[in-house]
Amino acid sequence: MAENRQILIIGEVEKEKLTSTSRELLGGARRLAEQMGGAVNLLLMGQAVSAAGEGIHYGADKVYTDKDAMLSDLNSDACTHVVDAVCRKIQPVLCLFGQSDLGRDVAPRVAAKLNAGLCMDCVEITFDAGSNRLLQTRPVFGGKAMAVMATSGDRLQVNTVRAKSIAPEEPKVDRKGEVIAVTDGVDASLIKVKLVESKKIETEGVKLEDAKLIVSGGGGLGGPAGFEMIGQLAKLLGGVVGATRVPVDENWVPLSMEIGQTGKIVSPDLYIAIGISGAAQHVTGIVNSKKIVAINKDPDANIFKMADVGLVADYKVVVPILIEKLKAGR
Amino acid sequence: MDIIVFVKPVLDPDMPPAKFSVDGKTNRVIPPEGMPLVISPYDALAVEAALKVKEAKGGKITAVTLAGPFATEILRKALAMGADEAININDPTFEDSDAFSTALILAGAVKKIGKYDLILCGRQAADWDNGVVGSVMAEYLGIPSVIRAKGIVVTDGKLKVERVVANGFEIYEVGLPALVTLSSEIGQARIPTGWGIINAAKKQIPKWTSADLGMDPAGVGKAAARNQLVKLYSFSPSRACEMITGKDEKEAAGKLADKIMDMKP
Repeated sequence: MAENRQILIIGEVEKEKLTSTSRELLGGARRLAEQMGGAVNLLLMGQAVSAAGEGIHYGADKVYTDKDAMLSDLNSDACTHVVDAVCRKIQPVLCLFGQSDLGRDVAPRVAAKLNAGLCMDCVEITFDAGSNRLLQTRPVFGGKAMAVMATSGDRLQVNTVRAKSIAPEEPKVDRKGEVIAVTDGVDASLIKVKLVESKKIETEGVKLEDAKLIVSGGGGLGGPAGFEMIGQLAKLLGGVVGATRVPVDENWVPLSMEIGQTGKIVSPDLYIAIGISGAAQHVTGIVNSKKIVAINKDPDANIFKMADVGLVADYKVVVPILIEKLKAGR
Repeated sequence: MDIIVFVKPVLDPDMPPAKFSVDGKTNRVIPPEGMPLVISPYDALAVEAALKVKEAKGGKITAVTLAGPFATEILRKALAMGADEAININDPTFEDSDAFSTALILAGAVKKIGKYDLILCGRQAADWDNGVVGSVMAEYLGIPSVIRAKGIVVTDGKLKVERVVANGFEIYEVGLPALVTLSSEIGQARIPTGWGIINAAKKQIPKWTSADLGMDPAGVGKAAARNQLVKLYSFSPSRACEMITGKDEKEAAGKLADKIMDMKP
């Protein structure tokens, strides 16, 4: 392995810890680096710099930290500038973002600046040694198809990667790495979009992405009252409530509850889908669930094709019985 | 306010998954017979957002599409909703353009249009689901961009854009001209009125070619693509579903409760 191919990961943190997606990116990059010959670099911007040590434990050889004040709210103009500058410095063959708010915004802009290849929302990235190419697999047509995209030649490839699609490595606390401070400075004149207000919904308790059990409702619930009902069921089971896009667009539930292509990607041990038809755009967000239970009035609903257990019934009749039965124990 | 809205014809994303099929030899989707392409739903929302800005501030809306079958139908839909003008960009050298070539071509159209304050498009097209062309076009034009907006307000020559993020919303202030991509949280796109449809049918839709935009044919189309499509295949995850039955709903629900208790982590 004479090759020295650098991989750069754009890391993100939540509550001072690397996000699960960042840990997954480090794991995937670690394995690719072993195969291709090369090293794993992690860039942490703004508040994320606190996770440098953790980044090394999860697989980074070098961690670049930039705590410029302009990066404090991960402003997309500032981040685009810094990622572009770091790429020019370390000349990676592959630059990985999560398919996050940051990745969706900054990855295309960085690829435009660097004349790079770009694949969004990848679920798999492999290196084909025979053809010496990177191969990216990504869901397209709302999850109804998969496309495999090859990178041409030695062009830099920028990818965003879907949450839960690659496995992290076990952290090794004795792993050694280097932390390098980036201090180029972000000029205030670069900032064209200014954040004036943030209205974040803080989730109480377990997040959907981390939940082991999810009870989820679709358009078939007919309104907010249906969500109150399935909320009781979720509480009894120690689970979290999710939704498809229709209830979110109808304002029955907040946006933070949306699961699917344009919402959260989840992988619980048990997913209970109630009044969900099973549109591809939703299914693409739940395919990694270990077990799926579906309750729907329509026997032909697509959701039954991808459920392990199904019940054709009106949820209004069945869910109260379930609640009673679970309260009483069996 | 002069607004440019980009719209794309796509296979109806709400079509039944069973009708969706891919030709494995050509790596292309086989469009179901008799099913017309529709305006990409997020692009219809971009037209809606443009109309809302125009209603508040006055101005002109130009709808633009890049080639493809059903281009005229899509543009007529945008006109019927209330756009003032439409342009159909069409040239054989543009076929199989990737997101970067597409952004380059569309930026060329923006430059030819000349006067504009705001560019709007959908957050992603419902076929390739990239969500890239808007951001890249803004880079090529050297203007700011905000993606995944649920609302736009223009005040004192500036934009206030409410943007959708994973756990809520953020409000950004941006100078003009700027590019904004629209997300579903903005609400429904309006249905064209009968009068709108009649009006739209009367309008001329000019065609712009590569030469009109001064494009270098080597810089766009299939040869310029930065990633090559190696394989496209249908993906329909399926599991063997055990259907629960009972003499009545109560019995079936009871059986399901037992199943859930067994599977519960």
